[in-house]
Amino acid sequence: MSQTQPYKTVMLNPHDHVAVALEPIPAGSVVSVTCQGQTFSVTLNDPIDFGHKFAVVPIAKDSDVRKYGEVIGIATRDISPGEHVHVHNIEGKRARGDLRGIK
Amino acid sequence: MASSNPDHFWGYRRSDGRVGIRNHVLILPTITCATQAAKRITDLVRGTVTFIHQHGCAQLGADYEQTFRTYVGMGANPNVYGVVVLGLGCETHQARSVAEEIAKIGKPVEVVSIQDHGGTLMAIAQGAKIAAQMVQDASAQLREPCPMSELIVGTECGGSDACSGLSANPAVGYVSDRIVDLGGTAIIAETTELIGAEHLLAERAVNDQVAKRVYEVINAMENRAIKMGVDIRKGNPSPGNIKGGLSTLEEKSLGAASKAGSRPLQELVNYAETPTRKGLVWMDTPGQDIEQLTGMVAGGAQIVLFTSGRGTPTGSPIAPVIKISTNTRLYETMRDNVDLNAGTIIEGLESIEQVGERIMQEIYQVASGKMTKAEILGQDDFGIWRIGSTF
Repeated sequence: MSQTQPYKTVMLNPHDHVAVALEPIPAGSVVSVTCQGQTFSVTLNDPIDFGHKFAVVPIAKDSDVRKYGEVIGIATRDISPGEHVHVHNIEGKRARGDLRGIK
Repeated sequence: MASSNPDHFWGYRRSDGRVGIRNHVLILPTITCATQAAKRITDLVRGTVTFIHQHGCAQLGADYEQTFRTYVGMGANPNVYGVVVLGLGCETHQARSVAEEIAKIGKPVEVVSIQDHGGTLMAIAQGAKIAAQMVQDASAQLREPCPMSELIVGTECGGSDACSGLSANPAVGYVSDRIVDLGGTAIIAETTELIGAEHLLAERAVNDQVAKRVYEVINAMENRAIKMGVDIRKGNPSPGNIKGGLSTLEEKSLGAASKAGSRPLQELVNYAETPTRKGLVWMDTPGQDIEQLTGMVAGGAQIVLFTSGRGTPTGSPIAPVIKISTNTRLYETMRDNVDLNAGTIIEGLESIEQVGERIMQEIYQVASGKMTKAEILGQDDFGIWRIGSTF
């Protein structure tokens, strides 16, 4: 069974959907993320590399994804807490010449 | 946090009142055809610097102006004592026109033309003779105490990772605020990498005109990508950024924007233009590291702070670049290139303020003569942001 370990992570704003791993964390780990008094306990579905993001709350497909308290992009599918959040499940909304007319 | 740093550094006061932190003689080739001869002169005369480029002919309109302004700005930068402007003779960017602009600020400037001096070897000999005398004259000028308010500090991030926005960039933001509070100027640039964070800077603009300009330059940059019919993520974030954990341009931008600290945005200047205001200034440049660096140095920045998560060798022929790693792993693996480590913030060993104060201390030392890693390795990068075709 998975165990809670004190892996280093950071969540920058209480409105964020994601936290950042500050060291490589294996899949199956249970991590506890605290931001301004709120604590999220998340079981990681995927291994998360140093500097990479994982969801701390559910993110619905086509909804904004927040980090730094600001929008960093949009979810391209439903994302569960503990999933790796990266180019495979979110994309930017800006400077998208491949989607003419959409900004 | 209280600082023990002095408020003066040792610099070279120039005839136009500006202060240099280096005392270079610049061999300035205005045309790609003259760059090889320029390089030969720097081989002959110690104390001279130059840069290699592929510009200076068959350029028109705003693109011509921007390249011209960049050449003049490199020569005018107060880190340069004097300039030998080296031309071929028949190019659109005439050496004489560039020299005339630089001469207006009163520094030593001479013109050598390969066609007028009878070919490559004669031009090299003539350029080297002039440069040798300039180097000796420059060496007679002594450093004197100068206030920190004389500094224009460029800020830049390149080869970013997910730590950039957590460690080195906020630490540079702290330094940006300190420089502004001491009466100096801090430049935030790389417009591409502020897409998605522009509202945070527009809110800090000193007036509506500056805020309006923020959205103008952002829209212009964004529309260039849209007109190419591609997702900007093909190039920015770069493959290295993505490997480091950055997923979108907006995410990268929000991390990059933290370099701008928290002070009001005084002005928005065009590429390679010299700021007219003290305080925080935005220069409209692309995110490409070398083109951004060149724009800021041509705009008068005497020193540049450059954060990196992946590691870069970047340097300028005339302005010291202080490289700051966002994570300790990079600092340990690329000591040849990295001056300072901000990874201690990630490890919880130092605060943003503590790293910021270390950067301030480094600025005082480098401004007073300490060499950076990029200077020691002779990393003389130069690249102009071209905004038109070559004809």
